[in-house]
Amino acid sequence: MAVTVEIKKKLDNFRLDISFRSDARRIGILGASGCGKSMTLKSIAGIELPDEGHIEVEGRIFFDKEKKINLKPQLRNVGYLFQNYALFPTMTVEKNIVAGLKGSRQEKEARVREMVEKFRLQGLEKRLPGQLSGGQQQRAALARIMAYEPGMILLDEPFSALDMYLKDQLQRELAEMLEDYRGTVIVVSHNRDEVYRFSEELLVIGQGEIEAAGETKEIFRNPVSREAARLTGCKNFSKARRIDAHTAEAEDWGVTLTTRREIPEYTEYIGYRAHDFIPVWDTERTGKNRTDSDGSPYGSPCGMLPFELESSAELPFEKNYYIKTKVTVCWFVQRERMQELEEKGMPDYLAFDEEKLLFLR
Amino acid sequence: MEEIMQIVKDLDWSPLFISLKTGAAATFISFFLGIFAARKVVKATPGKKAVIDGILTLPMVLPPTAAGFFLLLLFSRRRPLGEFLFEQFDFKVVQTWIGCVIAATVIAFPLMYRNARAAMEQIDMNLVYAGRTLGMSDTKIFWTVIVPTAGPGIASGTILTFARALGEYGATSMLAGNIPGKTGTISQKIAMVIQDGDYLTAGIWTAVVMIIAFLVIFLMNLISGKKMKHIGRW
Repeated sequence: MAVTVEIKKKLDNFRLDISFRSDARRIGILGASGCGKSMTLKSIAGIELPDEGHIEVEGRIFFDKEKKINLKPQLRNVGYLFQNYALFPTMTVEKNIVAGLKGSRQEKEARVREMVEKFRLQGLEKRLPGQLSGGQQQRAALARIMAYEPGMILLDEPFSALDMYLKDQLQRELAEMLEDYRGTVIVVSHNRDEVYRFSEELLVIGQGEIEAAGETKEIFRNPVSREAARLTGCKNFSKARRIDAHTAEAEDWGVTLTTRREIPEYTEYIGYRAHDFIPVWDTERTGKNRTDSDGSPYGSPCGMLPFELESSAELPFEKNYYIKTKVTVCWFVQRERMQELEEKGMPDYLAFDEEKLLFLR
Repeated sequence: MEEIMQIVKDLDWSPLFISLKTGAAATFISFFLGIFAARKVVKATPGKKAVIDGILTLPMVLPPTAAGFFLLLLFSRRRPLGEFLFEQFDFKVVQTWIGCVIAATVIAFPLMYRNARAAMEQIDMNLVYAGRTLGMSDTKIFWTVIVPTAGPGIASGTILTFARALGEYGATSMLAGNIPGKTGTISQKIAMVIQDGDYLTAGIWTAVVMIIAFLVIFLMNLISGKKMKHIGRW
């Protein structure tokens, strides 16, 4: 399993310049809409042509500008799951599955039966795509791809058109169906939860360039770039001035942070996730290690923000507070934690846990 | 009433068959040419698109007699192409049924082409991409995915083409003339009998043409309506 992609392409308002190599079986590409991630996927599939570059999958060269190689999409053996599934609307499920198959009639029929069974489409064979539910359409599209035995599967924003309720169910189904698939799967999404769920390795793309690449969990833990932090869901950013190896001033928040771990020299910004703040009440400011109401330690505070509430918003499972500093700071409190706030009232400070600080370029 | 029955009884029905034959032939040719042209134009670059589209649509906006004039220029036996066709293949266009078909095709073709093109441009490109990644050739994708998906548009284009070809007058009269039993179509017949002041015969032919036109549209709507009912746009 190895994928090498180096592509350059001039797009309407920016240049796509992507280069990565991965041996992972599950690769995620995270980026805002219109950042070029779909274009990258389409280039791998051969339905878009890069201006320059080289694309190689498991030793097969799909595209090489210098060697003048550009394999037709028909020959790349790549399964592509489109956001709208792109099932042929005038063909039944059965015909959709058979559409790209080669071989004798018996072979095709056997293959269709196998796929229908595997993707739980029994009884739907004669239906047209328009008569299927979203989940059934996804299964039919996947059955069509799998019937063709692709060497690689590309998932292009597979869940973004679905509502929340269906989303989780279909994500579970898709993960299950892809479990025994041995080839490489690349999933493209603007949703951090999706890529986190599906990928071992992650690529973060911002405006046509790679912002971060590496192991998915590691990127979420330490995104290094500001764009990567933002895309992985970080809400709070401040310009940072590194004073020494253990002290930095977060200028936009008006806080000086002192840490035990070393602050990297590249640090220009500090990021902090909205869920990670530790509420502190004046009565408790003893500096001792406090514990959460359920007994778990609260982490090690390394700086505090005066709690000056700007506004708040209530959501079904959490409450969002917006705190006034030079820039608005978001603090998201999950429902389980709300109880403490109700008992003690609004905190006087929000403390930073040094483990959770993101030092960013 | 008796007078009408008498006229109907003695009527020479040849214009009906000539018109139907011409309409069918012109529709058949326009159907494939129109779809083919639509495919080419949809795929062309914007500049090329504008030029080709202009040329292909011209017969629709031009007065039919002007189109007829161009066709005469092309096919007259005193012109190079007409002379060549006659000398080499003994193929005559002017004053023949072939002339009827060519005139009707040229005039009705834009309706087929424009409808097919509009329907194709509506098609989700992802269907084409999906076909390609599934190993289907572009030709196969075109005939098994695009044409059926563009079905309703193509069907309405076909109906309009047939209706237009059936009633073509201007270009036909110039290229094929009005030779009874050979190139005398219903519309030419109507014009001719009107000139003789025979309003009754003209009225009968008008009724015939109206019934055919209505039947065709009615039938096609019925067929395409039934077939398209289940095709949701996913």
